Amino acid sequence: MNTDKGKIIATGGIIGLFGALLVKFGNPVNMGVCVACFFRDIAGGLGLHRASVVQYLRPEISGFILGAFGMAKVKGEFKPRGGSSPLLRFILGFFLMIGALVFLGCPLRMILRLANGDLNAITGIIGYTAGIWVGIQFLKRGFTLGKSTTNSTAAGYTMPIFAVAILLLLVAAPTFIFFSESGPGSMAAPVTLALGAGLLIGALLQRTRLCTAGGFRDAMLIKDYHYMIGLIGIFVFALLGNVIFNFETFKIGFEGQPIAHNDHLWNFLGMSLAGITAVLLGGCPLRQTILAGEGDGDATITIIGLMAGAAFAHNFGLAASPAGVTTNGKVAVIIGIIVALAIGLSVIASVAKEKAARLKKREGGVEVGI
Amino acid sequence: MEYNIIDARGRSCPEPVIMTKQILENYNGEIVKVLVDTMVAVENIKRYAGNQGFLVEVEEAEDEYALKIRK
Repeated sequence: MNTDKGKIIATGGIIGLFGALLVKFGNPVNMGVCVACFFRDIAGGLGLHRASVVQYLRPEISGFILGAFGMAKVKGEFKPRGGSSPLLRFILGFFLMIGALVFLGCPLRMILRLANGDLNAITGIIGYTAGIWVGIQFLKRGFTLGKSTTNSTAAGYTMPIFAVAILLLLVAAPTFIFFSESGPGSMAAPVTLALGAGLLIGALLQRTRLCTAGGFRDAMLIKDYHYMIGLIGIFVFALLGNVIFNFETFKIGFEGQPIAHNDHLWNFLGMSLAGITAVLLGGCPLRQTILAGEGDGDATITIIGLMAGAAFAHNFGLAASPAGVTTNGKVAVIIGIIVALAIGLSVIASVAKEKAARLKKREGGVEVGI
Repeated sequence: MEYNIIDARGRSCPEPVIMTKQILENYNGEIVKVLVDTMVAVENIKRYAGNQGFLVEVEEAEDEYALKIRK
């Protein structure tokens, strides 16, 4: 048990340190590692949205996927699987991204923001916790996205091949790929460092299964603090890393934080939406990325939903910016919360109906027997 | 030997743990057998049941796992 604890703290620690180091070497401040932001940048790089300040093919993402893929292969855990409510997963992934882009960061960036003094992350954490609590209520009442089944090998390789394609396009830089010339998308650590960090983090996460949603969820649901300890590891080491490597950007407060706004209500609601959807999906964006590397087609669909959400967020002016949250963004978060709750309630009703039908059938069978 | 069997194969995280939790909360002395097909589910159930003071034995066969849980 103690070695497990050591491993999860070490994994969190390495993520936290790279979160600080990648900023030192060029990534945007408090964005050493951010899964939502990086998929958003990739969606922009591919031209799915035209927000010129957030377009780049982030090699960290390819690293997460390929690191998890390699480790899963070595450990015999690469299993092509899927078919568990792909459409609902796409929709939940879509709105998870909307919530994250209104807050300005995925749950991982939320922790990294706090570790650099951005107190708006506290509002985010409260929102995320509230969302996870809501998600848990659905789980307790029987929410399920249904069983996955074994898929063909080709399906399992989808995300690893996507990851390689992204790297090739990054290096080849053809004219149809968009690269920001200013703003966060133009700020990047060297490709080899970003990819190396991604590979290491991906491999470690495949082994330790660390998940930001899992950390809060398990603490509330089954009083298991295993993943929560890993999240604390991320925070502590990112804090140390920032103080050592990025002290010039370290600033405690709500005002003027990098790539953030201090609209508390929408920071809260944005992360509430991310929390509900992450619990219903069975994992945060980071965890979905690792699962996709292991051949999980359901996680892959979720990621496609995340990227579609990012594309819509910037095409329709839903994403927030340091200037604040847009009206469109507020409406989108409200719609997202309603959709997530409707999916939760509808699935519970279907599960209860199926259960009742099964019981009735069984009773019928007994009568025939008599 | 009597078993309570839970089939959590194909279920995504954390459903296998919740299904196990619901049965273990009404543990009646019979061995509980949980079927899963990912190592994540094995680890999560082992950790949860272990924390609740249960003994867990894992058998692996053809990429599937059977966990036998008892006091």
